[in-house]
Amino acid sequence: MDIFTQQLINGLVLGSIYALVALGYTMVYGILELINFAHGEVTMIGAMVALSVIGLLMGAAPDLPGLMVVLAGVLVAIPACMLLAFAIEKMAYRPLRKAPRLAPLITAIGVSIILQNAAMLIWGRQYVSFPRILPEARHELFGAHITDLQIAIVALSLLIMAGLWLLVQKTRLGRAMRATAQSKEVAALMGVNVDRVISATFVIGAALAAVAGVLVSAYYGLAHYYMGFLLGLKAFSAAVLGGIGNIAGAMLGGLLLGVIEALGAGYIGDLTGGFLGSHYQDVFAFFVLILVLVLRPSGLLGERVASRA
Amino acid sequence: MSIKRAVSSLPSLAAGMVLAVAASLSLSGCGQKTETGDGSQIVRIGSVAPLTGPQTHIGKDNENGARLAVDEINAQGLELGGRKVKLELLGEDDQAEPKTATIVAQKLVDAGVVAVIGHLNSGTTIPASKIYFDAGIPQISPSATAVAYTAQGYKTAYRVMANDAQQGKALGQYAVGKLGAKKIAIIDDRTAYGQGLADEFEAAAKAAGGEVLAREFTNDKATDFTAILTSIKGKDPDLVFFGGMDPQGGPMTQQMKRLGLRAQLLGGDGLQNINYLKLAGVDAEGVIASSPGLPIDAMPGGAEFRKKFEAKYGAIQVYAPYAYDAVYALVEAMKRAGTVEPVKVLAELPKTDMQGVTGPVKFDAKGDTTGGAVTLYKAVGGAWQVLETVK
Repeated sequence: MDIFTQQLINGLVLGSIYALVALGYTMVYGILELINFAHGEVTMIGAMVALSVIGLLMGAAPDLPGLMVVLAGVLVAIPACMLLAFAIEKMAYRPLRKAPRLAPLITAIGVSIILQNAAMLIWGRQYVSFPRILPEARHELFGAHITDLQIAIVALSLLIMAGLWLLVQKTRLGRAMRATAQSKEVAALMGVNVDRVISATFVIGAALAAVAGVLVSAYYGLAHYYMGFLLGLKAFSAAVLGGIGNIAGAMLGGLLLGVIEALGAGYIGDLTGGFLGSHYQDVFAFFVLILVLVLRPSGLLGERVASRA
Repeated sequence: MSIKRAVSSLPSLAAGMVLAVAASLSLSGCGQKTETGDGSQIVRIGSVAPLTGPQTHIGKDNENGARLAVDEINAQGLELGGRKVKLELLGEDDQAEPKTATIVAQKLVDAGVVAVIGHLNSGTTIPASKIYFDAGIPQISPSATAVAYTAQGYKTAYRVMANDAQQGKALGQYAVGKLGAKKIAIIDDRTAYGQGLADEFEAAAKAAGGEVLAREFTNDKATDFTAILTSIKGKDPDLVFFGGMDPQGGPMTQQMKRLGLRAQLLGGDGLQNINYLKLAGVDAEGVIASSPGLPIDAMPGGAEFRKKFEAKYGAIQVYAPYAYDAVYALVEAMKRAGTVEPVKVLAELPKTDMQGVTGPVKFDAKGDTTGGAVTLYKAVGGAWQVLETVK
């Protein structure tokens, strides 16, 4: 039984990471109906910037407690990613806002390639290891193991999602976002500064991505200029699974995808007597995604599609 | 598997014809060799390894090893058949992708290279070897260890490193015999290298009396192994064998510790490098991994090579000395042939008998190295300590 619990925990942690990144995709899609493929790379940049800061701090002040060093890394990574996302939106997406929908999608892929290569030039091609400075006490939970870091990942993503929900539902900016999502023109007529709202959406998504990037690299003990690609793809799938444009959907989709992957990879080999092996891990997740798209194209919790005249 | 057999059982007549046609093709390719101002002939040699993606550091290491040799040879001045020759190394990126490997291989053939040092991975080396064979140009891989590479019957395929049969056998015997592991779980990354090594390990471990409880799989881009490791934990093995590379091995080692697996982790040359120790951090302690050949300091030319290499490119990852030897083996064959013409160089390659930095370089009839030592290492205090060398 503890194996099953452990697989659930594995899945939930993995899923929380997917969910954090998925939130960024879903927010931008909700407002612009643009799939910001560069979002995975923003996550990577967050991890890389944080790691640089952590490396510097550890060299300059080796006595600082690990948690503070990582926190400092996060605090630098967040504004760095926000600035980056602001610049990306302004340079790559804003000029194309009136263009056919395929154009910004292609620029998004272009930006993602540029960011990958820029990161490769700045930080090199090697895997950068994340120093083991975070407390990693292991706890027993229903016969399974869970570490401090894993608890922190799940708790943080839940907290951030709740915060984001509050922001969208209860604040002025949130109301402006919802209005812009429904109709940019009408929102502008009502006095909403649409450009600023869209910028804000990108910037908030990037802040989440920075946090997610640091968490991912701390969890797996490494960061790499390539790491944003698959993570972005999975997170995007999670967003679609939950219903793209829907914040709660991104969270649900992320968690589900993580659990499906963990249980699928963990049990498929034994259940099929070795006929299908754990290399079907990714296939499993994407198969569920296809199933959802075929049976319920708007995702589990429903897509947030602005009603257009 | 059936393809492999079909290829190796090709009638020798047909193979000979292909070689003859290929030879005539490569002769016509000679026109692409250019000349420098001082009248020396520029001869291109290809070097292929992943220069982007997760294995970049190892790929660049291979290219640097080959480049060091080429620069040295050029500095000394190479003369073939009374004509000055300047070597030019064309470095290409195959991204560790089999399909890219064939594209890059064709590109090199079209660029008129007379030989190729590469590729790095078995998964890329094998599909590319068909293209070099068809073009009739010699290929020496510094690091592809899958048995299948030289088992295809291509007279153009060589390697300077012990293959997976030798390595997997040594690992399997060591796991059961020396480590006393009875219950074993195996993970591989489904690449030609990882899968091949894991297969050889499995066969050797079973033959030695070990029981394989689980065979799990991942891929060469993954970072999360908690699902398969948890499933393995449920079976409580004494030992986990991983056939794969360090970018996966590092996080896998950490996740094993995090999940509380008690099993000893054992790996091949994909783990036996400094990058793995960095990625796995303190959790690497006690991990055992093998590497074909001798430890760098026990290599006849190891100390000197390290000095020369580190002065130019920084720390050695893994295979740089083998890439270096591969270039020298090729150039020695060119010297004996007195030309860079691939047909004549290919006729000379089997006669190779030189003292490289990695040890004696000699090929058997298939193109495998006859040296074939395998060394086992243990991670202790953030460094690899030699356990023993198995011949």
